[in-house]
Amino acid sequence: MKNSKKSALLGIKKPLKLDSGKNLKNFKIAYQTYGKLNKSKNNAILICHALSGDQYAAGQNPTTKKPGWWSKAIGPNLPIDTNKFFVICSNILGGCLGSVGPKELNPKTKKIYNMSFPVITIRDMVNAQKMLIDELGIKKLLSVIGGSAGGFQALQWAASYPEKIITAIPIATSFRHSAQNIAFHEVGRQAIMSDPDWCNGNYIDKKKKPEKGLSVARMLAHITYLSEEAFQRKFGRNLQNKLSLAYSFKTDFQVESYLKHQGQTFVDRFDANSYLYITRAMDYFDLPSQKKGGLKNIYKNTPVKFCVISFTSDWVYPTKYSKEIVDALNAVGANVSFVEIQTDKGHDAFLLDEKEFNETVRGFLKATANRMGF
Amino acid sequence: MNRLDFEIIKNVIKNDSRILDVGCENGELLKFLDKGKTIDGRGLEISQKNVNICVKHGLSVVQGDADKDLISYPSKSFDFVILSQTLQATHSPEKVLNQLVRISKRAIVSFPNFGSWLIRLKLLINGVMPQSNSLPHTWYTTPNIHLCTIKDFKKLCEKNSIKIEQGFYLNKNGKEINNPLNKHFNNFFSTSGLFVLKK
Repeated sequence: MKNSKKSALLGIKKPLKLDSGKNLKNFKIAYQTYGKLNKSKNNAILICHALSGDQYAAGQNPTTKKPGWWSKAIGPNLPIDTNKFFVICSNILGGCLGSVGPKELNPKTKKIYNMSFPVITIRDMVNAQKMLIDELGIKKLLSVIGGSAGGFQALQWAASYPEKIITAIPIATSFRHSAQNIAFHEVGRQAIMSDPDWCNGNYIDKKKKPEKGLSVARMLAHITYLSEEAFQRKFGRNLQNKLSLAYSFKTDFQVESYLKHQGQTFVDRFDANSYLYITRAMDYFDLPSQKKGGLKNIYKNTPVKFCVISFTSDWVYPTKYSKEIVDALNAVGANVSFVEIQTDKGHDAFLLDEKEFNETVRGFLKATANRMGF
Repeated sequence: MNRLDFEIIKNVIKNDSRILDVGCENGELLKFLDKGKTIDGRGLEISQKNVNICVKHGLSVVQGDADKDLISYPSKSFDFVILSQTLQATHSPEKVLNQLVRISKRAIVSFPNFGSWLIRLKLLINGVMPQSNSLPHTWYTTPNIHLCTIKDFKKLCEKNSIKIEQGFYLNKNGKEINNPLNKHFNNFFSTSGLFVLKK
């Protein structure tokens, strides 16, 4: 599957009204599509990417030259089958791969936004996606699917536009950011902002890059995406290219080398300010607070069919949060399936080739397609 | 355990109903009902492994426990709630029964009849806890912690003002017993009972 850079200019006639009260006009959302939109335009699936993801969900990512982040799940005959479905994945609002974000030009001032970019929320991201879907002429999505922060978006879609989607698959996710979630993000942000090369956010103008800060933020976050078992299984106390301890502070252990590598490759592809804005948006996510009566009232009378999926070893968004979503959905008689996948791979399990997980997504989508007669 | 009462349940359920199968195991009944009927079927199942199998097959099933989780469903949210051969394995059959009739317009409940003559005979003659096709476990491995007879069940319904709309008295093959004697002695002849309840 080929990726060709696609983008839509949105908010021309009507600006995007942000939760902060500010407006975004004439902004770009970059996206990719896979498969073909059928004549009745009812086979479209929106994939929502997570914090560090992008629109290159399948095929080859032109920046990293690596396979797209969900290329194991999206493609011909794969769980999200592009022979059947038309798959759309857009770079989120505030992202750094073509959609409007802090590193893009402010059309008003003709200068790079940097920290003058408005603080955005998950709901803002979803509203922007909705504008894109309208632009593509799609009246109703067959499904909105996303893991982690992508799951926030899937839940928000079902809350904001229930009549516009048939099913939602929120994966490894939660309905709000917990104190611990916020805490981890704050350490990451502080790492970036205390890097002298961050230059109060104006590093592009100063031709610098807060590589160290962003790298540390990524290393920390990456620890949370795996589980203790996965770390132990992968690295144990193995030494990196040496037979004994060096009695120094250079890289002794394999796990150190691995994290440094994760940090470095991230810096090459991700913008530090985008990281600040997106983590902030995630911290602000608190779905029950959007309506009096919380989740139950948000999903009251919802026509959306849900498939909630969690992973046993996910300690970023543990199963109990998925269960709370399921309980709220049951309480309003919503149509919901809930699957917890047994795995030691942690939060990132949804990105990996977990058989049970793949089969669940495949089965749920297949049943949806059958009901719709294709 | 083979759920022998599928056909009867299928006949009781009307088209276009919203159904919850409590303890749906691997979704056999839901799939069976979906074939001949247009239903909106859901399932509640305690084993995550079974839930995963169901969802893989496109069924709407959540992991949960009949004893604890029925309470989260709104009142009268289903046309039919089915509890097939599971009541005897719950911790609080009385509470479960009341939840079933609360969340549904009609509850379909079936259970093995501990009052059947064969069970009585086995206990009388052998003097040990009886085992049969519908009760295959030993007393120390059985999940069936609240066995009852059809008479016991009817008394419990009466106590809770639950109306029994229909009763089916089944032999060991899950077929209705046509023997006229059974009318008066169903607690003696039936291997299991299936009841349509309302409150």
